[in-house]
Amino acid sequence: MKLFLGFVKKEFYHILRDRRSLFILFGMPIIQILLFGFAITNEINNVNIAIFDHSKDITTHKIIDKISASSYFSLNKLIENEDDIESVFKKGKVKAVLIFERNFNKKLLTNEQPKVQIITDATDPNTANTIYNYINAIIQSYLHEINKDVPVVYQITPQPRMIYNPELKSVFMFVPGVMTVILMLVSAMMTSISITREKELGTMEVLLVSPLKPIQVISGKVIPYVFLSVINAIVIILLSIFIFKMPVQGSLILLGFESVLFIVTALALGILISTISATQQTAMMISLMGLMLPVIILSGFIFPIDSMPLPLQIISNIIPAKWFIIILKAIMLKGVGIIYIWKETLILLGMTLFFVALSTKKYKIRLE
Amino acid sequence: MSISVNKINKSYKNVQALKDISFDVKPGELFGIIGPDGAGKTTLFRVLTTLLIPDSGNATVSNFDIITDFKSIRNSVGYMPGKFSLYQDLTVEENLNFFANIFKTSIQENYDLIKDIYVQIEPFKNRRAGKLSGGMKQKLALCCALIHKPTVLFLDEPTTGVDPVSRKEFWNMLKRLQLTGLTILVSTPYMDEAALCDRIAFIQNGSILEIDTPNAILNHFSKKIYNISADNMYQLIESLKAYEHTYSAYPFGECIHYSDKRTDLKINELYEFLKLKGLDHIIIDQTKPSIEDTFMALAN
Repeated sequence: MKLFLGFVKKEFYHILRDRRSLFILFGMPIIQILLFGFAITNEINNVNIAIFDHSKDITTHKIIDKISASSYFSLNKLIENEDDIESVFKKGKVKAVLIFERNFNKKLLTNEQPKVQIITDATDPNTANTIYNYINAIIQSYLHEINKDVPVVYQITPQPRMIYNPELKSVFMFVPGVMTVILMLVSAMMTSISITREKELGTMEVLLVSPLKPIQVISGKVIPYVFLSVINAIVIILLSIFIFKMPVQGSLILLGFESVLFIVTALALGILISTISATQQTAMMISLMGLMLPVIILSGFIFPIDSMPLPLQIISNIIPAKWFIIILKAIMLKGVGIIYIWKETLILLGMTLFFVALSTKKYKIRLE
Repeated sequence: MSISVNKINKSYKNVQALKDISFDVKPGELFGIIGPDGAGKTTLFRVLTTLLIPDSGNATVSNFDIITDFKSIRNSVGYMPGKFSLYQDLTVEENLNFFANIFKTSIQENYDLIKDIYVQIEPFKNRRAGKLSGGMKQKLALCCALIHKPTVLFLDEPTTGVDPVSRKEFWNMLKRLQLTGLTILVSTPYMDEAALCDRIAFIQNGSILEIDTPNAILNHFSKKIYNISADNMYQLIESLKAYEHTYSAYPFGECIHYSDKRTDLKINELYEFLKLKGLDHIIIDQTKPSIEDTFMALAN
């Protein structure tokens, strides 16, 4: 035991004396969570729009007032002729232009169904879509207002209610994703690098010719990172609770348990990477290319898995991060207990055992 | 026998690194493996320290088989690889403590074994190993390899890249360690160090050329060696190579070491020959053959 503690102590010295790994360990999680939380967002705010009003009557004025009164849009320009439409888009001043046709009010009152054209800048398709939906919603609500005394026959009113994230905050979606990416990166990349460093510097040779057992070397490498990753997970959860007001509906103990499980999965993966790479650089490349990209793209962190082509959907099943994100969202947002996520937990556990078994088999007790 | 090697062969993809290597090292012996870079010295050390499995042949270290009983060997030998293999970001003391710890001992327990060496680096015990000079690094590495009181010590090129003064000190330390009964297997590309071993094995291209005591090896050398120098060294060696009676001619320090095919060389004749070639300030002296001369003769 004393032998093992000595090894762990040595690992802590390595980590604490290397500024680069300290930065990756503690700087990156904070920067990433703040970046994703503040900068990357699907919500729209203060989008500049222009209006080309052919009618200039009471109805169009009311609609324009409603739109510019909302916090989503700000009226940037009133356009007076056709040619200006293209030029304001080209200058990039506005993201959308609303065109009201002639005799808008008159047509409305005579039930001729007046038309308003919404032109959006679709160089950014998601934003264009969102802008259209928001404007449409504002016009619909105005219609409801003016029709409220008129009995309408045969009408269906959809009543949307968004549960688990009623304000549709994108940070709710990013926090589980970022937490997954960071734990994966820190745990897998840092362990694989720290094991291959021993190979590269030749110290592995000395460790091999010693009474140390492989299991002692590996667990001595892994334990400091389990400890540091748990601290990281706690920092991320605290940041998201206090800065982004992210709720944790479910049990914190369950959340902690699942996080430790995922950390161990990632560490096992890191050990596996270190057994197949000879240099720190290879280990880093494999970790970055082989882990980061799939974790970001195929885990459902940013792109929904359901809308991927079938082959990618199948591949996504072997990404541990996918299952962890499902678990995180379920615990943090839905507040469910283990009965609802035992399947995902079991899959992660299975993957971990598989990685541990494979890397024990691949761990070399000699030089190749 | 402390180390017993029997017909070891080891190949990498397309190089045969060790060919039928056999030798024995007696308990308490200081045994040198002498050979140029790429001769197979490091591979041999890795086979004996159980880091590599030979393709054929067998060997024992302290009577433990290197393949079936590798764990016992790893518990009882000290190994200092050719490349400086300590933790550069740990201090001198931390390194030593770490290695003491993984061998389940402590600095205090075996202090007398390393005392002579450790006192020299003790003033720097809080300095990081990466910031030590070459000679200091070697001393620290030696301390780390000795801290668990090994029965056999493997030193792979311990003095490569170390200044002459530190090299001399290092060999003095080995001699003192030998007095404690420790068996030492050391490899080196420096011929002058060979003379300090009890016995040496010349190794080249994976084969052992000769095993004997340094003195016996010198006596093997039957030819007389002459030190030759002249004003134009390049032209001198070219001329000697063209001379019909030349057995060997190679640079040695500031001179050329020359040996003749005939048993009785006429110095005047050689002098005239070189004079004819346009050389001046020619000096020809007979000298004692060194280990290097023997090696050059064997390697020919």
